[in-house]
Amino acid sequence: MEGFGPSFAFWVLAALTLVAAGGVMVSRNLLHAVLFLILTFIGVAGFFVLLSADFIAMAQVIIYVGAIAVLVLFAVLLTPRSGRDNGETRWALPGILLAVCLAAIFLFVVHDTAWNTVDEAPAGLDARALGTALLTTWVVPFEIASVLLTAALVGAIMLTRSPEEEAEDALV
Amino acid sequence: MNGIDVLGPQISVLVAAGVVLVVDALFPGQRRLLPFLALAGLLTAALWTTSWVGRGDYQTVFDGTIVLDRYAVFFQYVFAGVTATVILASIDWVNREGRRQSEYYALVLTVCAGLMLLAGARDLITIFIALELSSIPQYILAGWGKDAKSSEAGLKYLLLGAVASSLLLYGMALLYGVTGTTILPDIAAAIEANGESYRALLIVAMTLLIAGFGFKMAVVPFQMWVPDVYQGAPTPVAAFLSVGSKAAAFAVAIRVFFEALGADFLSSDWSMIFAVIAAVSMTLGNLMAIVQSDIKRMLGYSSIAQAGNFLVGLAAISVAGEEFTLGASGILLFVAAYAFTNLGAFVAVIAISQRINSDRIADYAGMWKTSPFLALGLAFCLVSLTGIPPTVGFWAKLYIFNAAVRADLVWLVIVGVLNSVVSAYYYLGVVRVMFLGEPGTEQRFRASPSIAVALTATAAGVLVFGIVPAPLMSAARDAVEIFAR
Repeated sequence: MEGFGPSFAFWVLAALTLVAAGGVMVSRNLLHAVLFLILTFIGVAGFFVLLSADFIAMAQVIIYVGAIAVLVLFAVLLTPRSGRDNGETRWALPGILLAVCLAAIFLFVVHDTAWNTVDEAPAGLDARALGTALLTTWVVPFEIASVLLTAALVGAIMLTRSPEEEAEDALV
Repeated sequence: MNGIDVLGPQISVLVAAGVVLVVDALFPGQRRLLPFLALAGLLTAALWTTSWVGRGDYQTVFDGTIVLDRYAVFFQYVFAGVTATVILASIDWVNREGRRQSEYYALVLTVCAGLMLLAGARDLITIFIALELSSIPQYILAGWGKDAKSSEAGLKYLLLGAVASSLLLYGMALLYGVTGTTILPDIAAAIEANGESYRALLIVAMTLLIAGFGFKMAVVPFQMWVPDVYQGAPTPVAAFLSVGSKAAAFAVAIRVFFEALGADFLSSDWSMIFAVIAAVSMTLGNLMAIVQSDIKRMLGYSSIAQAGNFLVGLAAISVAGEEFTLGASGILLFVAAYAFTNLGAFVAVIAISQRINSDRIADYAGMWKTSPFLALGLAFCLVSLTGIPPTVGFWAKLYIFNAAVRADLVWLVIVGVLNSVVSAYYYLGVVRVMFLGEPGTEQRFRASPSIAVALTATAAGVLVFGIVPAPLMSAARDAVEIFAR
């Protein structure tokens, strides 16, 4: 990543993502937190673009911003308001201290490490290559992910059924 | 076709899960059949695994992401046996609940498929997905009961599990970032080549991996969820959690730490971390278990202490050669022994709590007079958990402590032996209450057939392998041979 343009874009995106992620944590209104979350997702998608992973950037926007964030928004809007006063926890100060210590460790380690960097993106990093990898080497995790989604779906249906439906079901 | 063959057991278990769901939807009157369909799927998986045993040792499929070796075979047997016992022990509870029957068995089978996949996974992505496949249905199962406590258990387990998964994933991402591969042996090769130059990063990644696996193992300081989840979750699910996911976490931890992070300049670090966690887990788990009055909470804390015992073995495998085989096979022996023993204890607890509608240890008074079979089975398993001969628990502890002595971890062995003495106090306390206490009612009761089969099988395992431990030991030794160098 050479030159002024990409570096500038990187720092802007990094600032945007970090501020938005911080906003998710500190905003008192759940709806604002979700909107900040969407901004974080967009920032991450920007990183993928910088890394020349266009397809993943697009998938990030479509899936996270388009589907997951909307789902979270619906869940927030449809859930009755409940107590949101867990912000006044007495663990806030230890939490901040821990976060600062962890950030210091990670900064040191990331700075200390000689990363394998390349000047430009390797060729063939497109959707076709991703699809080939997913259906050859990684076919098992790929297929297992669909089993996992099915199991989660079954569980979600079961856990949210009303007692009346369950009573009917038990009689059959 | 080779890949399908290697994944046969997992596929047959998942097919059984699908069949259970479809049969329930098409023939709602035939619900009594469902557990037997599930058991048939597990039997198919076990037979498929058996068909490999004579067929040469070592093959990788899907470009090295999945491996079939004796280690995977050993754990697939353990997981099939554990799941079969859990299903047998669940039948009464599920029938009494009268609802969501097929879904319960289908999710239990899905967990089993995830555990089996973990046994053979040799690549970080496959490991992560398999771990999630075995975790997410367990979060659901923990919240399966009707009461608020069960919902609390499910939610707590889900939230903390998500945090643990994210830590694990972060560690994996860092490992991938410096080595450029997710396949375990390739990671080891990359570290061997120039790992010293990014040692600090490797240690951070390793710590994150330990945190992620430690949550599944339920060791201190990642144990906060254990008592509440064990108490709130339906008892058969708690039994499954305490044996299945714990064994799987150790299975995958041995593979990752030895196959990927086995370099000498790293292994001394993780060995030390594991030794400290082992000592703290044993001590804290046992001290907390003493003061519990609820038997499920007591078993929860005792499972933390037992996980500390497993970790003694993991701390001892950092050395190469003969000592490695001893430590690693010691863990496998301990996994098998613990599986028999803890499941047996839970099966007895399931039967008793259904009858007396209480999980308080004080209410177990005089169980010997009202139900001698259950009292004897439970007492036997508790004796084995303590590690007293002639039970398999004794050999497991002996083996693992022996490995630790050979690896110069004498202080850890002293902590472990002292802890065994402490654990005898509360394990045998339950036995004392059952045999010497006066029962509240003189009415005798018998265990149902499925419980009787499950308890007899586990107790027989505890006794037979306690008297003749050699077959189990040699199976454990063969299983870890592929890691020796």
